[in-house]
Amino acid sequence: MSQHNDTDHISGRSTTGHEWDGIKELNTPLPRWWVLTFYATIIWAFGYWLVYPAWPLVSGYTVGVLHTTNRAAVTANLAEFEALRGEKMKALGTASLADIENDPALLALARARGKTVFGDNCAPCHGSGAAGAKGYPNLNDDDWLWGGTLDQILQTIQFGARSGNAKAHEGQMLAFGKDGVLKSDEIVTVANYVRSLSGLSTRKGYDAAKGEKIFADNCVACHGEGGKGNQELGAANLTDKIWLYGSDEATLIEAISNGRAGVMPAWEGRLDPVTIKALAVYVHALGGGK
Amino acid sequence: MTKNVTSKELMGGDDDPPLYAPQKKIYPQRVSGTFRRIKWGLMALCLGVYYLLPLVRWNRGLGAPDQAVLIDFQSQRFYFFFIELWPQEFYYFTGLLILAAFTLFLMNALGGRIWCGYLCPQTVWTDLFYAVEHWSEGDRRARIKANAGPLTANRLARRALKQAIWLIIAWWTGGAWVLYFSDAPTLVKDLATFQAPAIAYIWIGILTASTYLLAGHAREQVCLYMCPWPRIQAALTDEWALNVTYKYDRGEPRCSVKKGRAQRALGETAGDCVDCNQCVAVCPTGIDIRNGAQLGCIQCGLCIDACDNVMKRIGRPTRLIGYDNDINVQRRTSGKTELFKPVRSRTVVYAALIATVCAVMLHALLTRSLLDLNVLHDRNPVAVKLSAGAIRNGYTLRFLNKRGFDRVIAVDVDGPANAQIHIVGVDSVTPDRPMIVLARDATTELRVLVTAPVDEKEEKTQPVKFRITDIGLGEVASATDHFVTP
Repeated sequence: MSQHNDTDHISGRSTTGHEWDGIKELNTPLPRWWVLTFYATIIWAFGYWLVYPAWPLVSGYTVGVLHTTNRAAVTANLAEFEALRGEKMKALGTASLADIENDPALLALARARGKTVFGDNCAPCHGSGAAGAKGYPNLNDDDWLWGGTLDQILQTIQFGARSGNAKAHEGQMLAFGKDGVLKSDEIVTVANYVRSLSGLSTRKGYDAAKGEKIFADNCVACHGEGGKGNQELGAANLTDKIWLYGSDEATLIEAISNGRAGVMPAWEGRLDPVTIKALAVYVHALGGGK
Repeated sequence: MTKNVTSKELMGGDDDPPLYAPQKKIYPQRVSGTFRRIKWGLMALCLGVYYLLPLVRWNRGLGAPDQAVLIDFQSQRFYFFFIELWPQEFYYFTGLLILAAFTLFLMNALGGRIWCGYLCPQTVWTDLFYAVEHWSEGDRRARIKANAGPLTANRLARRALKQAIWLIIAWWTGGAWVLYFSDAPTLVKDLATFQAPAIAYIWIGILTASTYLLAGHAREQVCLYMCPWPRIQAALTDEWALNVTYKYDRGEPRCSVKKGRAQRALGETAGDCVDCNQCVAVCPTGIDIRNGAQLGCIQCGLCIDACDNVMKRIGRPTRLIGYDNDINVQRRTSGKTELFKPVRSRTVVYAALIATVCAVMLHALLTRSLLDLNVLHDRNPVAVKLSAGAIRNGYTLRFLNKRGFDRVIAVDVDGPANAQIHIVGVDSVTPDRPMIVLARDATTELRVLVTAPVDEKEEKTQPVKFRITDIGLGEVASATDHFVTP
């Protein structure tokens, strides 16, 4: 220990040589237990260093004798969590869709599970809040191409639409222009007629009677009398305020000319049945379900 | 080159400080008197409350815990007699801490370290452990003598007995601690049959170890080296605060009883202090109060009792050491009368602050609602257009039923004209005014959809108010948000 030739004359003790505003610090020894505790923490640090990962090296780090890693800890925790969740998920698997909706606990579970799975798998097309985008249906509203009951939603998620799955929804909007069924002026006329079905404005001087005739001859087969749509075929309801691709004349003309055939992938085989069930309940509970 | 003079050479003594100082063993002497009696009383009160409070029952009705004071981590509730707090009401605890701080300041402004001397757990348990030591190993002299002498069988037995009793008290202290966190009678039974959760045993172990080490071995070292309060207290006190003070104006110069009598017979002044060192012998932190106010003094008042006993015996007035302050010492020295001022700006401010915090907390407690509603608007999408053209907004409503029974509530919405409400998963018999059952003492989270035929050219947002009404009690709660049109 270094010696200072400075002594406090009142207490008779040596000082550390440090001085602040004329006040000198006495060189007072610490209590033994304090010093021993301090040494113990140093020894503890060495032990810690040996047992756990500690030093960064050029490539990697010292792993410690326990080989502890955060990743392994997370994996173990997740496995534990999955096991814990297994019981509840089993209940979700055995209950019917309607039962799940009527049981607040199961509903909450299905919605929570559905939300995360939706975010991982469905959000790229339908958006994280299922609000959809042009060509991708908004799942929050009450308009459904393939039906909005629990069972119908489940069916759509399971097998998709035009997905190549044997049980998938099939049906498509024909390309009336490309295939030469309708001439350009007829397409414009029928497009305006479709707009009139949902109360939208029509082009000046457009012939409503002719439009109705073209519609009756070509479109009613799928879209039904009056354009109410057909969920068996995925034919859109043309009388409501919801438009999957947009309601302006150019968009309608494009649809009639080139047709539409959006694809919904089949999720059976990619997601387990319980998860698909939870997803169906989640989508139904978004508020648009029938 | 100047010569290096060591402090040893300068002082001519052994002053070179060692690397560490071994703990000086303190042998406080037993004492009797006013302050000792006060300390016994307060110790009985504090320990009684601590050990017995978890056993007090309080009927809250069926299904609710009947323990008067219970911190229930599992269901996240805090029970204190008639008060049941939810986690989000933890700010009451903040209020209590603020109250405790101001009370400490007020006590400090009035009577110095009353907390340290009488109420601090470290003081209370150390005092108890000292009592055990007195009882098993004898008083100060016997202990000093025994420790200096050889280790006899008798002494070994007494020490073992002391350690055993200390450990039992420490274990009991840890045991009482865990009872605050679970139903006490059940937990006692589980602990005895080794059915209790591991965490209970771990905490008993921690509290046993800390009580045994701090109250039995660390003792005054806690006050001198670990506790921040003496340092803070020094900055908070003022010259008017009453502190345990040696009245040096009366005590100095120290002289023997005989010499003092002779001096006074001649009409000369003589100090009352006979330098008997009793005040030092009884001090649990081993200080000499006659050196003035100091960090080590916890102001327990035992030196007052010791000194009073001596003064009575030699026929001098008591309270040579007493609650006093430097102002009075100086006033007496200059021939003025003593002056005590408990009512000062500082104490008035502290008292006013205490009263204010108390009032605010009491008001908050009395007006807290037992039915509550929080509302969270859907963010994605903010609004949905339906096929018929109407606009729908989704909300997450969180209902809080703080009562100990299930109740039926009706949900109403005041918002855009002709707004309709639908609760997901709830098929109510009254579709325009859904009714739901709120489970007792729980929160219920539901998704609520509000649909209104809004013209898109109208204002983008309108206020919407959710109102819930307890059908039985008529209690009402509401929460407001916005109805957004895309």
